[in-house]
Amino acid sequence: MIVCIIKHDWTGPPAAAQHGIMPHDHHDHPHALLPPDPALRVKALETILTEKGLIDPAALDEIIDTYQNRIGPQNGARVVARAWSDPDFKAALLADADPVLAELGYYGRQGEHMVVVENTGLQHNMVVCTLCSCYPWPLLGIPPGWYKSDAYRARAVREPRKVLAEFGVTLPEETAVRVWDSTAEVRYLVLPMRPEGAEGLSEEDLAALVTRDSMIGTGLAKAPGEAPS
Amino acid sequence: MTRVHDMGGRFGDGPVQPEAEDAPVFAEDWHARALAVTLACGALGQWNIDTSRHAREKLSPKDYTRFSYYEKWIAALADLLVEKGVLTREDLAGKGAAGLHALAERALKAENVAAALAKGGPADREGGPAPRFSPGQAVRTRIPADNALADGGHTRLPAYAAGAHGYILRLHGTHVFPDSSAHGLGEAPEPLYAVRFFARELWAHPEHPDDEVVLDLWQSYLEPL
Repeated sequence: MIVCIIKHDWTGPPAAAQHGIMPHDHHDHPHALLPPDPALRVKALETILTEKGLIDPAALDEIIDTYQNRIGPQNGARVVARAWSDPDFKAALLADADPVLAELGYYGRQGEHMVVVENTGLQHNMVVCTLCSCYPWPLLGIPPGWYKSDAYRARAVREPRKVLAEFGVTLPEETAVRVWDSTAEVRYLVLPMRPEGAEGLSEEDLAALVTRDSMIGTGLAKAPGEAPS
Repeated sequence: MTRVHDMGGRFGDGPVQPEAEDAPVFAEDWHARALAVTLACGALGQWNIDTSRHAREKLSPKDYTRFSYYEKWIAALADLLVEKGVLTREDLAGKGAAGLHALAERALKAENVAAALAKGGPADREGGPAPRFSPGQAVRTRIPADNALADGGHTRLPAYAAGAHGYILRLHGTHVFPDSSAHGLGEAPEPLYAVRFFARELWAHPEHPDDEVVLDLWQSYLEPL
């Protein structure tokens, strides 16, 4: 825990800043005035903002707790399991996901406009955000590091099958890949194919087969009895 | 010209490194703090999501490349706080004025977090121009993929899809136009479409003749073909 980074002159401003130049597009951005170490930089900014009453550390704890413990891929897995079990639910979900998800309480920040896309033997869907890191937070939580990585953002649109192979997924030749680049405020959830041998399982048991990656499209749902990944 | 964040299709990044499904949501404590500080500052209402995306994109290419994900967030947040006049450079340097800020009454309180996150920020709007395209219609995207309103400004048409021939897949409705909204030029809502492109239209060496890429694109990015 780092404490007491208050009122310290932690860095000298870069030369350009000393001259009062503030172009909108150069390398003397204000962030360089903060400590360079990332953890110290965040702590310093949090301290400054807290002292001015602009943020409440208890609110930060609440935000973190929400995404660390309450909102995550278990939400999406419940939706998928229900869609596998209930054809009417699935049809409604694919036709217009927002009211269906709202009814389940899965509406919120970064999930205001949801579209669910179904994997079939002829089409495999995969989601990326090449420009930043757009991701359906209410259903999947905060994206994993690889989703936000340059490698995934750069390559998922150009060579999705090579990327899938890096996740251990090989698709049959007859399966076309459709990659969804999340360039707007619409968020996509992949409805993976129900694995063989899952007939008759409860929704809860089905949900346990639904991995986060299978709802992004970089993985497949687990088969019943398959070891957890 | 593009900015460094517009990396779709780029070569040379190496393999993706998958993580275990049960890996921690935040690999480091400061990642969680960076996310929370950013969300809490957003609640001050001094900018919108398009402005904050643009703030990350306009980090210098050198910074954008060398910074890890949440380093980009926190650097862009610091820049935005100064750009919007919430903080001064002196504040960031640890030499600012003491005392409560004029915006302090807008600070997000712990008891309001759940409601704020649940409320979200829908981007669909009433009005705007009538949809010009219908599902199945052939279109071509604008080239170059630059913001037409602000030089070097924010846009959501990736360079790899500029000048490409595709097909309208669906109309999402009328949504806030980021190219305008990011620059204080108003929400200027436009019809937003999912547009599908054959991979062979986008890449010289597609992996499979039937593979496609779908992008969400605003009406003014598109022309009839």
